Amino acid sequence: MTSTAGVAPVAAADVRADTGRRRGRTGYLLLLPAFLTLLLFFVLPFYSLVATSLYDPSGSDIEGYSMTYHVANYWDALQEFWRPLLRSLWYGAIATVICLVLGYVLAYAMAFKAGRWKYLLLVLVIAPFFTSFLVRTLSWKLILADDGYVVDLLQFLHILGEDGRLLATPVAVVAGLVYNFLPFMILPLFASLDRIDHRLVEASSDLYASPFVGFFKVTWPLSLPGVVSGTLLTFIPAVGDYINQVLLGSPNQRMIGSVIQSQFVDANNYPSAASLSTMLMLLILAMVLVYIRRAGTEELL
Amino acid sequence: MRWIREHLVLLLGLLVLIYMFVPIFVVVLMSFNDPVSRNVYRFDGFTLDNWTNFCGAQGMCDALWLSIRIGLLATVVATILGTLAAFALVRHDFAGRSASNLLIFLPMAAPEIVLGSSLLALFVSSGFAGQLGFWTIFIAHVMFCLSFVVVTVRARLAGMDDNLEQAAMDLYATPSQTFWRVTFPLVLPGIVGAALLSFSLSFDDFIITNLNAGSETTFPMYVWGAAQRGVPMQVNVVGTIMFLLSVAIVVAGEITSRRRRAALT
Repeated sequence: MTSTAGVAPVAAADVRADTGRRRGRTGYLLLLPAFLTLLLFFVLPFYSLVATSLYDPSGSDIEGYSMTYHVANYWDALQEFWRPLLRSLWYGAIATVICLVLGYVLAYAMAFKAGRWKYLLLVLVIAPFFTSFLVRTLSWKLILADDGYVVDLLQFLHILGEDGRLLATPVAVVAGLVYNFLPFMILPLFASLDRIDHRLVEASSDLYASPFVGFFKVTWPLSLPGVVSGTLLTFIPAVGDYINQVLLGSPNQRMIGSVIQSQFVDANNYPSAASLSTMLMLLILAMVLVYIRRAGTEELL
Repeated sequence: MRWIREHLVLLLGLLVLIYMFVPIFVVVLMSFNDPVSRNVYRFDGFTLDNWTNFCGAQGMCDALWLSIRIGLLATVVATILGTLAAFALVRHDFAGRSASNLLIFLPMAAPEIVLGSSLLALFVSSGFAGQLGFWTIFIAHVMFCLSFVVVTVRARLAGMDDNLEQAAMDLYATPSQTFWRVTFPLVLPGIVGAALLSFSLSFDDFIITNLNAGSETTFPMYVWGAAQRGVPMQVNVVGTIMFLLSVAIVVAGEITSRRRRAALT
């Protein structure tokens, strides 16, 4: 509390001077419903997922599974599906790097060059996000279609062969991932670029730094929090996504999300699906923990 | 030449923005498409049929209605729970703050396929495998919307100056008057924003829903199914309406906040 007027009917003892936060039971009561929801439907499910991944693989959802701590499920699943797992990480990484380049350009233009149009551009970045993900991905299918303008142009330029195509190739899948997760990159980048004091960049040029040096010694380091959170927010959903792969790619580009989905729903192989899902989560969790070490939780939130 | 060099970054940025809008343009265009057959997805001719005969696509309006009902219900619940939690985190001090922050952050950092398959594992192992449907979708949506609500409302609360609340209390407002007449109206834009975000997340979710929906079909699941058989053009009408609606809401929000600012000065 900045001003503590004498007549304020707040008992001073309830308020901690340094943070202005009230102590007491109310805080717990306010948090309790959300806490219980997440405990019941986020933490507990993750526990069941790990448990399911250790079930006896010879069971089925009709006969029921028995808990045998069958750790070999992990090994079996990896042996069968290491390709989609690695491929997902690979596609996710490429898509993230492309998003970083494209997103940085737009976020930089918005923060430094757009002047009074800054917030209009921000609205335009967010707007596509509110149009159905699947409908937008389907329209990519149309844009990249074999008889579409993009393929015709690339064939004309001899970048693609006579019967070359984009659909059902890794290019289409990565392009779809880039398109769909770009806003997740731009927003944190913009947030951190927008906070940079322009005088610092001017100071670097006063001290005879070229614009190039000035960018890499001043702007880029100051935007790192945005880069770190943007890359995580893009990479995580991109690795788990299978919508782009199924709609724009082919089974040759199969990603891990699609494997998990079909192992659960079509093959009814719960232990295998659960072990893949657990591995994916642990991989991501490890990356998030590294991130938290670097930047602290509150930064990303 | 010099002009181009000076505005290079801005021009490149605009190119990226155009790239983001190309699919939207296609969605709007295709909403007026008169397709020759269901299996050919290209622009064949102009028609208004998709707009006038909106529910002509078999099963689409049922799926849409289900998505709207789940979206509204999940949004109301997630917004209330999330707003309470945001107040707790910003205004109250308690043991386990950073653990709570982490618990709220993790659902946003987990890939959807993991969230969805965990919930399915829970539902199956606790004997609800046969009851997958409306309520399991609802639970899943409340769970993943909650964190986004907390984060949005918390950002609004944390950026808020408490001078006005101090002034209200100096003028002998009771704590409840202060809350309802000062604090709540100030936080309201954050709560509205969180609710809109939450509705659009719920309305748009496919991966988590698809695992926990049983035999129900939400709008994204309908589009997914249609993508295998041939997409009815009405799907693009829904896409266009969603886009126009979100732009309208943003513009309306901007106008009200400008009016408010004008009224204050």
